[in-house]
Amino acid sequence: MMLFKLSLKNIKKSFKDYAIYFLTLILGVAIFYVFNAMDGQDAMMAMSQTKKEILDLMGNLLGGVSVVVSIVLAFLVIYANKFLIKKRKKEFGVYMTLGMGKGHISRILFLETLLIGLISLMFGLLFGLFLSQLMSIGVAKMFEVDMTSFTFTFSKAAMIKTIIYFGIMYFVVMILNVFSISRYKLIDLITASKKNEKIKIKNPVLSILIFLISILILSFAYYQVTENIMNIGFNEFIGCIGLGIVGTILFFYGISGFILRLVQANKKLYFKDLNSFVLRQINSKINTTVFSMSIICVLLFFTITIFSSALSLNQAAKKDLKQLTPMDLQIKEYTSENETKSLDTILIDNKVNLNDLKDKVEVNEYMISTVLTKDVLGEKLVNKNMQEFKYHLDMPEPVMSISDYNKVAQAYGNETFTLKDDEYLVVADYESMLKYRNEALKDRVTININGKSYSPKYSKVKDGFIEMGSNHSNTGIFIVPDKALENTQVSHRILLANYNANNEEKHQKIDDYLSKLTIQNNIQLFTKTAIYDSAVGLGAIVTFIGLYLGIIFLISSAAILALKELSDSSDNKERYDMLRKIGVDEKMINKSLFKQIGIFFLVPLVLAIIHSIFGIKCAQLMLSAFGKTGMLSSIIMTAILIVVIYGGYFLLTYCCSKSIIKEH
Amino acid sequence: MENVLKISNVEKYYGNKGNLTKAVDNISFDVKEGEFVGIMGASGSGKTTLLNCIATIDKVTAGHIIVGNTDITTLKGNSLNKFRREDLGFIFQDFNLLDTLTAYENIALALTIQKVRPDKIQKLVKEVAKSLNITRILNKYPYQMSGGEKQRVASARAIITNPKLILADEPTGALDSKSARQLLENFENLNNELRATILMVTHDAFTASYCHRILFIKDGKIFNELVRGNDSRKEFFDKIIDVVTLLGGDLNDAL
Repeated sequence: MMLFKLSLKNIKKSFKDYAIYFLTLILGVAIFYVFNAMDGQDAMMAMSQTKKEILDLMGNLLGGVSVVVSIVLAFLVIYANKFLIKKRKKEFGVYMTLGMGKGHISRILFLETLLIGLISLMFGLLFGLFLSQLMSIGVAKMFEVDMTSFTFTFSKAAMIKTIIYFGIMYFVVMILNVFSISRYKLIDLITASKKNEKIKIKNPVLSILIFLISILILSFAYYQVTENIMNIGFNEFIGCIGLGIVGTILFFYGISGFILRLVQANKKLYFKDLNSFVLRQINSKINTTVFSMSIICVLLFFTITIFSSALSLNQAAKKDLKQLTPMDLQIKEYTSENETKSLDTILIDNKVNLNDLKDKVEVNEYMISTVLTKDVLGEKLVNKNMQEFKYHLDMPEPVMSISDYNKVAQAYGNETFTLKDDEYLVVADYESMLKYRNEALKDRVTININGKSYSPKYSKVKDGFIEMGSNHSNTGIFIVPDKALENTQVSHRILLANYNANNEEKHQKIDDYLSKLTIQNNIQLFTKTAIYDSAVGLGAIVTFIGLYLGIIFLISSAAILALKELSDSSDNKERYDMLRKIGVDEKMINKSLFKQIGIFFLVPLVLAIIHSIFGIKCAQLMLSAFGKTGMLSSIIMTAILIVVIYGGYFLLTYCCSKSIIKEH
Repeated sequence: MENVLKISNVEKYYGNKGNLTKAVDNISFDVKEGEFVGIMGASGSGKTTLLNCIATIDKVTAGHIIVGNTDITTLKGNSLNKFRREDLGFIFQDFNLLDTLTAYENIALALTIQKVRPDKIQKLVKEVAKSLNITRILNKYPYQMSGGEKQRVASARAIITNPKLILADEPTGALDSKSARQLLENFENLNNELRATILMVTHDAFTASYCHRILFIKDGKIFNELVRGNDSRKEFFDKIIDVVTLLGGDLNDAL
């Protein structure tokens, strides 16, 4: 009982030190619960089949991500605990001189961790419960679900999962604590506060050299993952990430010395107010913080890259969706050579009710052995970009007659064209392919069909598409005069149609019927709804995973930094007292504290942002298949997230530090 | 000569009504410009409390302390800080140097917080370093210096702003006798050549023998006053020992 009282008192007494730790734990628990409780929400019940499948997939993915998250949080808790023990070494020393055994002290720590664990778990779950309601409104909006059926729900499974995961985490920490206590010697505990006073001063020339080397390494890695990304393999890519980490560590090792020299060279700046003090403080501390700074920087980099890429992927998935799916239904048949039945007959055989459809457009697509990628690009272009095209040079390009294309274009509301007997044109909308196509057209490459050659009518690709989808993925269709394709074997038959329905209910009924239909496997059937759902679903999955990882990484890095700064502030209390004694204003002291903490928060963030610029670019290049979007809005969202959370931690740290150095 | 410091009826009480401790009990004295005054007393006599009150680190319960023309007992907040950085120089027993800064930067700090122009700083630091014989160690960090060197750096920091009054709290307390002697000779120099006014608290008779005048404090009151006059340091030292013997008790173990 005595021990329990002691533990409780300790927590109360050192609440200031614990506050940020507590807050982070509560946030961690809450976020963990929210993302694991997502599928249990009532509002999600009223969803279509496709959406439910996507939600299940998301549940599984989030479950996997939760393991990563709990590992990150476990490290945070261990790290935080190390700090809190370090601060209390002297207290433990006093207990031991009073005759308390190590077992007792371990038990005190054990109880404290238990208490903190229980309290944070409780508050975290409560907060999580509240957050998950907000979240489910957001999710429902994303999936476009009717919110009238919305009620307050509670996921028992998620709660149990949260308790188990965090229980294990706290248990591991408790065991580690007991170990670390049993290692200490009494003399070290009592003199703990006197240690750490020795300051290692690094060789300034060496640190400048290291700083410059780190810049070189980072620039090389940046170049490799962006400009040179197409030419490097997976192993080299991983190597670049390794280089990036080494570069980051070296950067933090060298930067303080570098900046110190730089400012010292400017006497006006260095000998202004407390600047010399602030810089020396930073210089003396960054030596011991290289490792944690690097970790924070890498975590921030992940946050920014993951979050903004996820957001822009979500946008890419949904952007232009309306424009890209102008009709309700698309059926594509891979026509076999001896097929004689009409497409309609085949559809009736597959139990498609033709009366359900209206505005039908049927067109043919041809694959011709003389219209291969290498033929349409022309020799010059192929030789120049051998590397890029080496796998698909012998692939046929789709060809279509001008009247078929105009039929579709008319139905879609796109531009229609006319061609002379010896002309062709290209329609495409897949961004990465356009520049090659345009170059080939500029070179006036001719194509050859059934012995007759055709030259391009326009020197540029025309915008358009035939098949519906969730993004601009038409790499190019060659439109030729009708005559050119006479007596040529059809490769695909494509049917586009709207539902023959004049009200929402009928529409829904046809849609449900068609999407549940099983049809022979040389026919693909897409409904507009399915395209929508999978696009929205993909967007939602990447957004949620990005949000989940992003927030966890962000609070972890901010919390590590905050705890480190707070413990430094209490170590520095004496120095600030000295400054007060020689008559420094409170205002000036606060300003120097603000600068100091600000720089510690800012430096890893700035490097992380520079990393991210290249990281995002690299992600964009790798994910360009999903279509391009402006990154601006997702970057703004990311910036808001960082300013709110990271900035919040910064202000909290500053305020707590201020009161720590003021204590008497 | 003009009064730099005038202390009139200063009292400092600790505790509450039931259990009152008078740490400083109605003390009055003056310090004139260019004087080197010592305050002696056993531990617990109230000498450090008195110094802290003059240094505005602590507040008086009653009475007035006037430095130059300012009554510092009425100062508050930032004007207190301003007074401390412009009119006072401090020398502490444990040096109070910032261990992250070099000697040069430690000394310069006293000027930078007064917003002195950087080009002036260098000249002033060089001058004061020369007078205290520390030019050689200006680029060293405190942990690379001996105790005596640290205390001379601290003294340089205290006098570089040309304060009205230098307060020294047991400046030789953490020094070996050779360093202590060197430091005190430096104090004498500062006092003679730069006309610095020094008020020093000590319980060491040897240290005190460098002063012009010594106030003895016992139980919060001035017990005796000793003026050096034309005595040699040795003669003055013997007189101090006599008073210390008279005071008896605790101060004996200070010898």
